[in-house]
Amino acid sequence: MSLAARLTPLNRRRLENFRRNRRGWWSLWIFLALFGVSLFAEVIANDRPLLVRYEDSFYVPVLRAYPETTFGGDFETEADYRDPFVREAIAAKGWLLWPAIPFGHASVNKDLGVPFPAPPSATHLLGTDDQGRDVVARLIYGFRISVLFGLTLTLVSSVVGVIVGALQGYFGGWVDLSVQRFLEIWGGMPVLYLLIILSAFIQPSFWWLLGLLLLFSWMALVDVVRAEFLRARNFDYVRAARALGAGDIAIMFRHVLPNAMVATLSMMPFILSGSMVQLSSLDFLGFGLPPGSPSLGEMITQGKNNLQAPWLGISAFAAIAVMLSLLVFVGEAVRDAFDPRKTFR
Amino acid sequence: MTQALLEVSDLSVSFDLGGGRRSTAVDRVSFRLDRGETLALVGESGSGKSVTALSVLQLLPYPVAAHAPGGSIRFAGEELLGAPEQRLRAVRGNRIAMIFQEPMTSLNPLHTIERQIGEALVIHKHLSPGDARARIVDLLRLVGMGAQAEKRLDAYPHQLSGGQRQRVMIAMALANEPDLLIADEPTTAVDVTIQAQLLELLRDLQARLGMAMLFITHDLGVVRKIAGRVAVMNQGRIVETGPVGEVFARPAHDYTRHLLAAEPKGRPPARPADAPVVLEAQDMRVWFPIKAGVLRRTVSHIKAVDGVDIVLRAGQTLGVVGESGSGKTTLGFAVLRLESSRGRIVFDGREIQDLRGKALRPLRREMQIVFQDPFGSLSPRLSVGEIVAEGLRIHGIGADAAARDGLVIEALREVRLDPETRHRYPHEFSGGQRQRIAIARALVLKPKFVVLDEPTSALDMSVQAQIVDLLRDLQTRHGLAYMFISHDLKVVRALADEVLVLKDGRVVERGPSAAIFEAPREPYTRALMAAAFDLATVERGAVRS
Repeated sequence: MSLAARLTPLNRRRLENFRRNRRGWWSLWIFLALFGVSLFAEVIANDRPLLVRYEDSFYVPVLRAYPETTFGGDFETEADYRDPFVREAIAAKGWLLWPAIPFGHASVNKDLGVPFPAPPSATHLLGTDDQGRDVVARLIYGFRISVLFGLTLTLVSSVVGVIVGALQGYFGGWVDLSVQRFLEIWGGMPVLYLLIILSAFIQPSFWWLLGLLLLFSWMALVDVVRAEFLRARNFDYVRAARALGAGDIAIMFRHVLPNAMVATLSMMPFILSGSMVQLSSLDFLGFGLPPGSPSLGEMITQGKNNLQAPWLGISAFAAIAVMLSLLVFVGEAVRDAFDPRKTFR
Repeated sequence: MTQALLEVSDLSVSFDLGGGRRSTAVDRVSFRLDRGETLALVGESGSGKSVTALSVLQLLPYPVAAHAPGGSIRFAGEELLGAPEQRLRAVRGNRIAMIFQEPMTSLNPLHTIERQIGEALVIHKHLSPGDARARIVDLLRLVGMGAQAEKRLDAYPHQLSGGQRQRVMIAMALANEPDLLIADEPTTAVDVTIQAQLLELLRDLQARLGMAMLFITHDLGVVRKIAGRVAVMNQGRIVETGPVGEVFARPAHDYTRHLLAAEPKGRPPARPADAPVVLEAQDMRVWFPIKAGVLRRTVSHIKAVDGVDIVLRAGQTLGVVGESGSGKTTLGFAVLRLESSRGRIVFDGREIQDLRGKALRPLRREMQIVFQDPFGSLSPRLSVGEIVAEGLRIHGIGADAAARDGLVIEALREVRLDPETRHRYPHEFSGGQRQRIAIARALVLKPKFVVLDEPTSALDMSVQAQIVDLLRDLQTRHGLAYMFISHDLKVVRALADEVLVLKDGRVVERGPSAAIFEAPREPYTRALMAAAFDLATVERGAVRS
């Protein structure tokens, strides 16, 4: 059965409404395309060739590490394909196939002969940053890590938020009251200072940061889900489920949650963009991902420190602006699609 | 022939469904209404009666709704169809007034009664606040708010009962002494006793003020009581018009005959008095605490159910009747252990009052409930098949999905629905069909005892009769015990073996159905019966007003 046939008429109408919002519909596809492409960043921007032909055998440096001795070199360490010696050795007995951008996010181009940050040129379309790394490559990797971070944070905090909100709204009474008070205290914490202090103790990695931000980001959905559950728990169909003997968990997740998902789903794109902004701003302040990781926030810092090299700031700004605008447009379309009063005439 | 007050000819209304499709709600309807006359517009839901009434005041959502050319609505000689907005405003609320079905939502919750009624006076009569106030008090007296009229001026809608709100609505409508009052099911949302009072009030006011009335209802009893002439609507058309007595005595059209035959009839067959007891409850109490003060100490209780005893035998029906707020539904929930209560409950020989959580679950299979509102009782996200199979899933009945599907099909057949409906979703069904789905959901578990919480009061009259027949049939076939909760005594008489009359959480009268209906002893029971069967009120004080 096709997807459209399996959808309830209500969801079919929503999909229809979502499609009618042309801006949101196209934004979604552009965003998905960009994200899809960035998932294959290693084949687009890499300092290792995609394919090497050497002495009648094929090598795939993108996927596997080969010692330099394989190509007639002297060292047991991994071959550095940017080294003119290695390149010439391979070219003599075969050929190399390079990705579209022959630089990784961390590869430093030492052959430029201009001080870093180098301005845009034929080799570096958007120039290099202050350590001689290609800006385009860093943008691609930076976009990918931002989106992945944002998606993971959104999913995990939504799951936690929905569960807490559901418990609160469904049981009400003391459960509701105590969680609500806890939320008020927890929400009053100065998140930024806490993160700064914590990052003094630990070297933040992707997962550490995710965990730290999750401590506070799960609260976004709690109120909405709680309100939906408070409303729904006295509905007749919930009473009917209870009369059938359904347990609390079954009632919450099978009967109430599907009817409470509308608010959750329409808030998700906004939570996603919020998570990405959080990561970028931490990076900007230097409390984010470890040094050397490709990050849009860190590139903005570089742009700020190197005002004589506007390509840094402008590229990072454009990348962040496009990414967030696309998400906000998608979010608007989702919100419209779930709005029962909205008619498109 | 003198000029009619309202003359509607060839009125059609169609709605834009989007995507170029239109549906016709009203199809070339013509009728006339003379001064001082009452015309009842009767039909089932979806027959176009409300749309017809709203077109008179041009209150439909234009341009989604549109009138076909060629129709006309003439009010006192003036064409209203397509009249400029300014002319219409001068007519609305001034010469033609309207009262709606749902008094809670048709009053603005943020305005006091004085402001609600005063608005029409200020707009159309340009009265000063002082004069308006005096007139408002007069109006409230007129609609029977009695001595409290002056005190009620500063009340907000939520502080009034349903009947009082409807009286305020009537006062608003009468504020400018209209020539025509359009009443759109004004008594559907209130108890039978309140309905009788409101009908009496409307009839009395009409005679006193000499206005014409267009009365919309699905209840033929109401028509008989209030109208001079009747127009029967079916699927957007008027199929029959004439004086009420004539139409009811000699219906010319099949549909009218069908409507007339549709009132719940019949009596339960005589049943042995020594059938095994399925449910016995003693001294049931449900008290809701009233808390006050900083420490939220319980200062007193609302006694929703206060010391009620029940005995229910296999294959029999206990009718529980009373006005809204009398504790009927709470009692039903309490015996099912859906509401915490005190008192002894013995179900099928087992004490169930102290069972908790898991221990209670197997019993859920044996006792089921059908709710009043067929729109709220089915989860909109589950298909009909999933809804009916939910109980099977919970209790692990049926070996696999195919076996369960078979049981679902059987249950749907039993409530006379096409088994193919199990792949569809609740919103695709009418109220009567949804109620059948709800019954199927209860029956698929093969329970011994079912609480029916006003299962017919949200339905059209003819559908009510079908559901009553279905319930009676299922009871005979499966030996079910019913606890039938209703304020509508007609339906109770058609089903119940025994009747329990509740007032303020206490039993005022109980006994075999025949005895109660033949010779009610208590004035409260007599008032309920007069309201239900004759739409009449009895002496003040027996029921609330």
